[in-house]
Amino acid sequence: MYEHLETAEQTENLKRVVVDPVSRVEGHGKVTLLLDDDNRVKQARLHIVEFRGFEKFIQGRPYWELPVMVQRLCGICPVSHHLAAAKAIDQLVGIDPENLPPAADKLRRLLHFGQVLQSHALHFFHLSSPDLLFGFDSDIAKRNIVAVLAEYPEIGLQGVKLRKYGQEVIRMVSGKRIHGSGAIAGGMNKALTKQERDYLLTDVEQIIEWAQGSVTLVKKVHRSNLPYYDEFATIRSNYMGLTKPNGALELYHGGLRAKNEQGETIFDHVDYCQYNQHIHEEVKSWTYMKFPYLTALGKEQGWYRVGPLARVNNCDFIDTPLAEAERLEFKQHGGEAMVHSTLAFHWARLIEALHCAESIKTLLNDADILSSDLCHQGEKRYEGIGVIEAPRGTLFHHYQVDDNDIVTKANLIVSTTSNNTGMNESVRQVAAEYLSGQTLTEPLLNNLEVAIRAYDPCLSCATHAVGKMPLQLELVDAQGQLLDRLVKHSDGELEQGL
Amino acid sequence: MADKIRVATTSLAGCFGCHMSLLDIDERMLQLVDLVEFDRSPITDIEHCTNCDIGLIEGGVCNSENVHVLREFRKNCKILVAVGACAINGGLPAIRNYMALEDCLKEAYIDGIGIENAQIPSDPELPLLLDQVHPIHEVVKVDYFLPGCPPSADVFWTFFTDLLEGRQPKLPYELVHYD
Ligand code: SF4
Repeated sequence: MYEHLETAEQTENLKRVVVDPVSRVEGHGKVTLLLDDDNRVKQARLHIVEFRGFEKFIQGRPYWELPVMVQRLCGICPVSHHLAAAKAIDQLVGIDPENLPPAADKLRRLLHFGQVLQSHALHFFHLSSPDLLFGFDSDIAKRNIVAVLAEYPEIGLQGVKLRKYGQEVIRMVSGKRIHGSGAIAGGMNKALTKQERDYLLTDVEQIIEWAQGSVTLVKKVHRSNLPYYDEFATIRSNYMGLTKPNGALELYHGGLRAKNEQGETIFDHVDYCQYNQHIHEEVKSWTYMKFPYLTALGKEQGWYRVGPLARVNNCDFIDTPLAEAERLEFKQHGGEAMVHSTLAFHWARLIEALHCAESIKTLLNDADILSSDLCHQGEKRYEGIGVIEAPRGTLFHHYQVDDNDIVTKANLIVSTTSNNTGMNESVRQVAAEYLSGQTLTEPLLNNLEVAIRAYDPCLSCATHAVGKMPLQLELVDAQGQLLDRLVKHSDGELEQGL
Repeated sequence: MADKIRVATTSLAGCFGCHMSLLDIDERMLQLVDLVEFDRSPITDIEHCTNCDIGLIEGGVCNSENVHVLREFRKNCKILVAVGACAINGGLPAIRNYMALEDCLKEAYIDGIGIENAQIPSDPELPLLLDQVHPIHEVVKVDYFLPGCPPSADVFWTFFTDLLEGRQPKLPYELVHYD
């Protein structure tokens, strides 16, 4: 692994190279590299430079505001925050998942499948497909969805429509495509009408077909770039996520499962309400993003990855037939118990998108989905924990309230945070394998961006803007003297020199 | 296509929901890219420009970096548009204005559940946080405000098409409302 590059032994006399902004993870992130005189990388860090303080400022609010407030954490996966908070406040009104009305449970699942489908489609088609279709070092003017629409109109438009369908599922269930309000403590606030159900059923076969086509596309891209795609930014890690009790892939509700790099179980079927016994977070001075780790393995060995790659790796099977067939093929490609290729995140992501499309169809055809028995209540409790598999991985919301139902404590572990070490390790891998000893070039920048983007980091859209933003690299000596400068303008034009 | 309008967009202390809502124009994107050229934007970087007709800003201002980016946008854009509640009045993130910044940091990095190595991140690589979250008009002059959290896709659509057809943008009442 590359953890020796996290902190250089001696920082004196090292040159500092900054890639800023690399991305917007909670606003902005940047990569700094420290190089010796021969441009060998001695330190590489992904810094998350923005802080918003949600955990504090939601204190003092009544708990029923939570599902509406916390989705403003993220406009890309607002539904995931909405539902994680809703699952937590269910407990505050005395409702455990098994006591939720079946219709409410199924509507929430439908909502969440819509969310994951639209987010995965967005990430693949709008943001990553240009790199994958045109190549990492293609002309930057081409690396955008507009160029995809121009050169591959069918693929581009299918992507736009896949995302649209996910957004429409969300709108039908929650009233709005972004920041709707469907879930309340103990259930849902609105039934799905027959008319809304039929509207969504109209296109669902087509959507499944397109989702399947997108898996075929990503497989083809991955395989035609071997072994590069298997090795690029690849790191061996532990993986964590929810699975159903029978070991199936699960996105809405299940037990926590973690496996190590050989595929051996670290823990399984763990009740997520016990999460704080199994996961702790380390703070480091150089970034606002914390570093979660599995307490069983400790700070050094316990870091893990979450998200599509982790979920598809971790589960025993997928309970929809088309996605399951794809999973088998995916695992076979990996050839060992776990697939560690970072770029395989894309492949796994689209298998999940297919699973979402299939699951949406199943739910729409479920008689319960039109029921109006939507909300149950039990006895008040003072603590609630909600966990969900957001598009980017396991998401934890934990709240405590007082006698007046006012939030007194909040703890959030968002998906991207769990991938913090993974992203840093991938950046260090790329720095060590592709950059060390080289002079500054534009492909170098791209490689760092592509590595981070594979994780699809979330919150303020995270790295989605990577490659579209102007970048600047500065080479500064230990005295702070500017030695060299490389600027990449937003059109990709490069400017070197002082 | 001389009369394409050139647009740049960015997110400051926002959640990216406003950008997502712009994408919610769905297939109209094919039409939009005929009308509009995107400069700095997550959607496309097809055209190089430093001078834009329109700059769309999502999110309020919460750190020194945001101030810098916002000033740069103001300098390079003829028309600057505050998009969404956060840019217009700070939005949800501005709730932190009622608390001490120090307390927010302590909650996240010191007093949180399951925290190891408790400390407030302090590296010189991290930009300075402002003690308040500000709406963007407190920092630069703003020409238009598109309300909503987020404004709907139809708001963006109406705004662009009005501008392109040389009309003063005007949002019908149904498009200007909160939940
Ligand atoms: S206005 Fe709403 S949608 Fe837009 S950035 Fe702010 S919270 Fe997100």
